[in-house]
Amino acid sequence: MSTLTNILVTALGEKWVQESGEDSFAVSTVLIPRSSFAEAGRQLKKAGAVLAAEWATDETPFERGFGVYACYRKDSEYLIIKTFAPVNDLSFPSLTKKFAAAYRFERQIASLMGVIPTGHPDTRPWIKHEDWPKDAWPLRKSFDASKPLPRVEGDYRWITVTGEGVYEVPVGPVHAGIIEPGHFRFQAMGEDVINLEAKLGYVHKGIEKRFEALSWEEAARLAGRVSGDTTVGHCLTYVQAVESMTGCRIPKRAQWLRALFLERERIANHLGDLGAICNDVAFAFFLYQCSRLKEIMLRTNMQLFGHRYLMDRVIPGGTLVDLNEAGWQTILNEMDWLEKEFEGLVAIYEANGSVEDRLRTTGILSTEKARDLGMVGLIARSSGIQLDCRVQHPFPPYDKIKVHVPVHTAGDVQARAWVRIEEIKESIRIIREILKTLPSGKITTTLPRIEPDKIGFAAVEGWRGEILYWIQSGPQGEINRCMVRDPSSINWLGLEQCIHGNIVPDFPVCNKSFNQSYSGNDL
Amino acid sequence: MFRILHQIFRTGIVTEPIPPIADPEIEKIGSQLEETIRRRFQKSLTIRQVDAGSCNGCELEIHAMNNPIYNCERFGIHFTASPRFADMLLVTGPVSRNMEIALKRTYDVTPAPKLVVAVGDCGRCGGIFGKSYASLGGIDSVIPVDVFIPGCPPTPIALLQGILKAVEG
Repeated sequence: MSTLTNILVTALGEKWVQESGEDSFAVSTVLIPRSSFAEAGRQLKKAGAVLAAEWATDETPFERGFGVYACYRKDSEYLIIKTFAPVNDLSFPSLTKKFAAAYRFERQIASLMGVIPTGHPDTRPWIKHEDWPKDAWPLRKSFDASKPLPRVEGDYRWITVTGEGVYEVPVGPVHAGIIEPGHFRFQAMGEDVINLEAKLGYVHKGIEKRFEALSWEEAARLAGRVSGDTTVGHCLTYVQAVESMTGCRIPKRAQWLRALFLERERIANHLGDLGAICNDVAFAFFLYQCSRLKEIMLRTNMQLFGHRYLMDRVIPGGTLVDLNEAGWQTILNEMDWLEKEFEGLVAIYEANGSVEDRLRTTGILSTEKARDLGMVGLIARSSGIQLDCRVQHPFPPYDKIKVHVPVHTAGDVQARAWVRIEEIKESIRIIREILKTLPSGKITTTLPRIEPDKIGFAAVEGWRGEILYWIQSGPQGEINRCMVRDPSSINWLGLEQCIHGNIVPDFPVCNKSFNQSYSGNDL
Repeated sequence: MFRILHQIFRTGIVTEPIPPIADPEIEKIGSQLEETIRRRFQKSLTIRQVDAGSCNGCELEIHAMNNPIYNCERFGIHFTASPRFADMLLVTGPVSRNMEIALKRTYDVTPAPKLVVAVGDCGRCGGIFGKSYASLGGIDSVIPVDVFIPGCPPTPIALLQGILKAVEG
């Protein structure tokens, strides 16, 4: 029995904690009574566990009402707690007062599944905008997703700040730059931001519902388009979750190729972000230099693997493309070139006092706040929290690769830039190691048929951070529910907290330093 | 400062000529695009990009058009922060239900004559997201479209070709 399960058994008593029989090969699930759902959260928090995701399922096809799930993480262990909400009483005890991350997960559950978190302090809908019919719950099985939704009258109650000299700046959803849509509302006094509230959901495309209409193979393509910049990360998490449902073991070579794609995606995005951060403090030189390096990497991807962003190169059971001898040499040479170029640029960055002046102490997210909010990925690592799935929950081949995880403690924009710089260097090293080790052999295997009522789970460290997928198969062995948790779903809370006391004109650079996904959050 | 200058000189100009195009509909692009923009838009085509629900993939390639290798500004193309200054809307899709009103408003405040270019497979028909309660499908289900640029995502070259096609009318 796992550490986290032990904690629960000690706290709640053995008869209340059942192994649910829903174990996938990657995670265990325990079933507890609904009344103990919040108490279980309290006990796990006391033991140092963090809430990683919370979601609901419509299990009426199995005639067992609705399921409510909470996924906790402690060190290298994940534990899923499940409880049932019967159809005649669709509610569950809220975890929000214990875990800040639950704040939006639960609003989303209420909005899209119509299962109500009792005791939640904020009943406003999330993702579901105010002009949706109140009783439209798209994730329910009874909901017909093909019909357009009518618009109704409605208003969103923003958090307001009043007082002499306080003013409000509404921004979006159509932003000034070439970025995704969302609405930010600032309350400010003079130049200082008093509060920032984000309203997202503008790019909600019904992705989770769409999964349920697709075959297991088609769904991999959809996963690759949850967040276009993290196409490898999302696709990889999805296929690993699917593979975990059947215990399917993919060829070694495919594992290493997948890691190669993942690290290339990390480098490309970090290069883009570093350029964008510098551009926002008027250091355009760095943007152009970084985007040149990024473009050259994308072209190599195109030349060797047939897609600039490696979309659909990861498939259930392996990879779509292989790497030949010449390609192997191309990447090796590219890494030598990139390392040299990048080090030259970092030396320039380091020596530039005016950039440092703008980035240091800007947008601080303290370690304490980051911990309370349950931040993940590079945002957590920039605020002093050592967290990386490649180390804590290593999937092959990361069990063979020793990943050095850079951690900075300042929690400011500068720290987030430096974590990216160090991660680029580390990914170059990892890619060399992958090339050195790359086993020979096949790159695909056949995915066994998926049985009804099985669970799949996977956690992958994408370039933003931990991506989670949880999949349940239905009575015919189809997709009954696919829960997607992009790192942004948690980290958006951090952006709103780091901005307090900063000046309005520094928001863009704080935002770039987080570079969250809107599409991955809105789904 | 010397390091920056040294790096700039060492890098040199990396901007590439636009390669010949496979699409027979459009024969010449680079100089022709520049020529058309000079003639019709007083040397400057101003674009407002609108993400109406995309996965952010198309945005990556639109960004890449601005990198020093494609350097779209050499043709007089630049991106503006406000639709009120725009000659063209470059819209990525599918149009999500929650962006429909914002997209319509953006279109309405763009001064006529205006061009609309729909980017990507999703901008054409909704792509893998299809039509549903949350996705209205292609851009032309909400605003009139002049040119569609296919691809998932379309490459920077394909984007430049599509823009040329739109300005040539």
